[in-house]
Amino acid sequence: MASDPMIQLKDVRFAYEQGEDDTPQAAEFAIDGVSFNIEKGSFVAIVGSNGSGKSTLAKHMNALLLPTSGEVLVDDLNTVTESQTQPWEIRKRVGMVFQNPDNQLVSSVVEDDVAFGPENIGIEPSEIRRRVDESLQMVGMYEHRKKGPHLLSGGQKQRIAIAGVIAMDPECVVFDEPTAMLDPKGRREIMSIIRKLHSQGRTVVLITHFMEEAAEADRIIIMEHGKVHADGTPAQIFSRDDLGVLALPFAVKMAKRLRQSGIDVPADIVTDEQLADFLCSKEQG
Amino acid sequence: MAVRDITLGQYFPGESCIHRLDPRVKIVCTFVYLISLFVVKSFSAFLLCILFLGTVIALSKIPFKFISKGLKPVIFLIILTMVINLFFVSTGDVLAKLGPITITKDGIYRALFMGLRLVLLIFGSSLMTLTTKPIELTDGMEKLLSPLAKIGLPAHELAMMMTIALRFIPTLLDETDKIMKAQTARGADFENGSIKEKAKALIPLLVPLFVSAFRIAGDLAMAMEARCYHGGSGRTRMHQMKLGKGDAVAIAVTVIYLALVILSRQLPLL
Ligand SMILES: Nc1ncnc2c1ncn2[C@@H]1O[C@H](COP(=O)(O)OP(=O)(O)O)[C@@H](O)[C@H]1O
Ligand SMILES: [Mg+2]
Repeated sequence: MASDPMIQLKDVRFAYEQGEDDTPQAAEFAIDGVSFNIEKGSFVAIVGSNGSGKSTLAKHMNALLLPTSGEVLVDDLNTVTESQTQPWEIRKRVGMVFQNPDNQLVSSVVEDDVAFGPENIGIEPSEIRRRVDESLQMVGMYEHRKKGPHLLSGGQKQRIAIAGVIAMDPECVVFDEPTAMLDPKGRREIMSIIRKLHSQGRTVVLITHFMEEAAEADRIIIMEHGKVHADGTPAQIFSRDDLGVLALPFAVKMAKRLRQSGIDVPADIVTDEQLADFLCSKEQG
Repeated sequence: MAVRDITLGQYFPGESCIHRLDPRVKIVCTFVYLISLFVVKSFSAFLLCILFLGTVIALSKIPFKFISKGLKPVIFLIILTMVINLFFVSTGDVLAKLGPITITKDGIYRALFMGLRLVLLIFGSSLMTLTTKPIELTDGMEKLLSPLAKIGLPAHELAMMMTIALRFIPTLLDETDKIMKAQTARGADFENGSIKEKAKALIPLLVPLFVSAFRIAGDLAMAMEARCYHGGSGRTRMHQMKLGKGDAVAIAVTVIYLALVILSRQLPLL
């Protein structure tokens, strides 16, 4: 279990524009020498400022982009060699949810849209039906299955997009800023679905710029200028003093203030819930 | 200006037996009906068509005024056809003569005949779109055309294009609305002015709209790839189209109807 990687990145470099004659300059790399593994069943958050290469990195995890140099292994399948014949073998293992809920739904009927992925990988019709109903129930959108996506809110559309990915039954789901365009209510709903997916044993990669969301992961990776800037547990990451523009989550800031006023809050308290639990136990003790 | 108010397609939700027919059967039967209108030679034979259409309308439980709405955009065309026939058919008994224009008995007959044919044509085809969801029509088309894929007709691709178009029409209308408001806030005027000025005012609307359509297309292509889309090969469908009893009845009735229409050409009394 300790070393059963879902995704392995080995010295991955990627340049969007490659000159015909000369190799790209270091500055042109959107991803510049990234190596890390994502273990099966883990929940990894990737944070970083705009343009730091998070989306580019995410697209390497399901062969939407192929590395300029280095290699990416998904479930021990090399994305470059697999792409030549059947890239969908990788993509049915690693599903992806994008930022804009509007631009990733294909059909004008919710349930048909959820069926799109399973249809593409040639699942039996009766099995597709079962999966569609199950995933719509899981994201709480079953009663909207006959509607058109344009009648739904952003958060609801994003839930449909997630259902469409779950219906393919991937081992791993990569979320690229899934809550960036949503209101707070929509964000909470999406986060609770992400937690549910993780508790089902699926690997979750969550790209976000909300540190509160990242705090819920087991591991946070900070990207900067196409490189890994920091990598560790939320507690380790939030105790660093070189986070730059990234704002600390509320619970971490609160814990710091409490420590300053003499309450000994443990360092591994990073989410609101953990803080509330700690304070309540303090009250009783 | 509420761009969203433009109705998409003209599906009239319902649960009638016509609504529930297989879309392929509806497409084929409508096609047969449209052809039958051109087989008919006499007014009395049109009674058959009217009977057939009337039965289907009654079964569909769609209010007649919804169906007649379909005439509105083409009413001018119908009148024009009738007028041309009325004025330029010069055979038969002359009833009136105004300079070069003669109105004959044949002319009146032809005008009424053509007018009726067009009206029946419009009613028949709008009945199909009123009782079938656009997405079902698309799926039905794909299935019907799929045998032609062997001779190079991209049936799946055409259907996928239709599906995506249906999906994104509301999105692009929203986008248009947003851009219009943004440009109005900057002083653009879409309502007033001459035709030339109005056309000019559309440029600051169309340019951002195209930019946004291309962005959506790029995003969507990426999302479709991420969901394992790789064309029509090896693809299954969740909705399996199965012909039921109702479909068999519809086909039988349509075949009998077509036979009667063809017979009516032979029988002088009809
Ligand atoms: N399609 C593209 N073509 C060219 N350059 C791109 C493209 N997408 C992103 N980039 C560039 O790659 C870098 C990383 O972008 P991205 O991965 O989108 O960052 P993030 O998701 O962290 O905001 C940026 O400098 C961006 O300008
Ligand atoms: Mg991004």
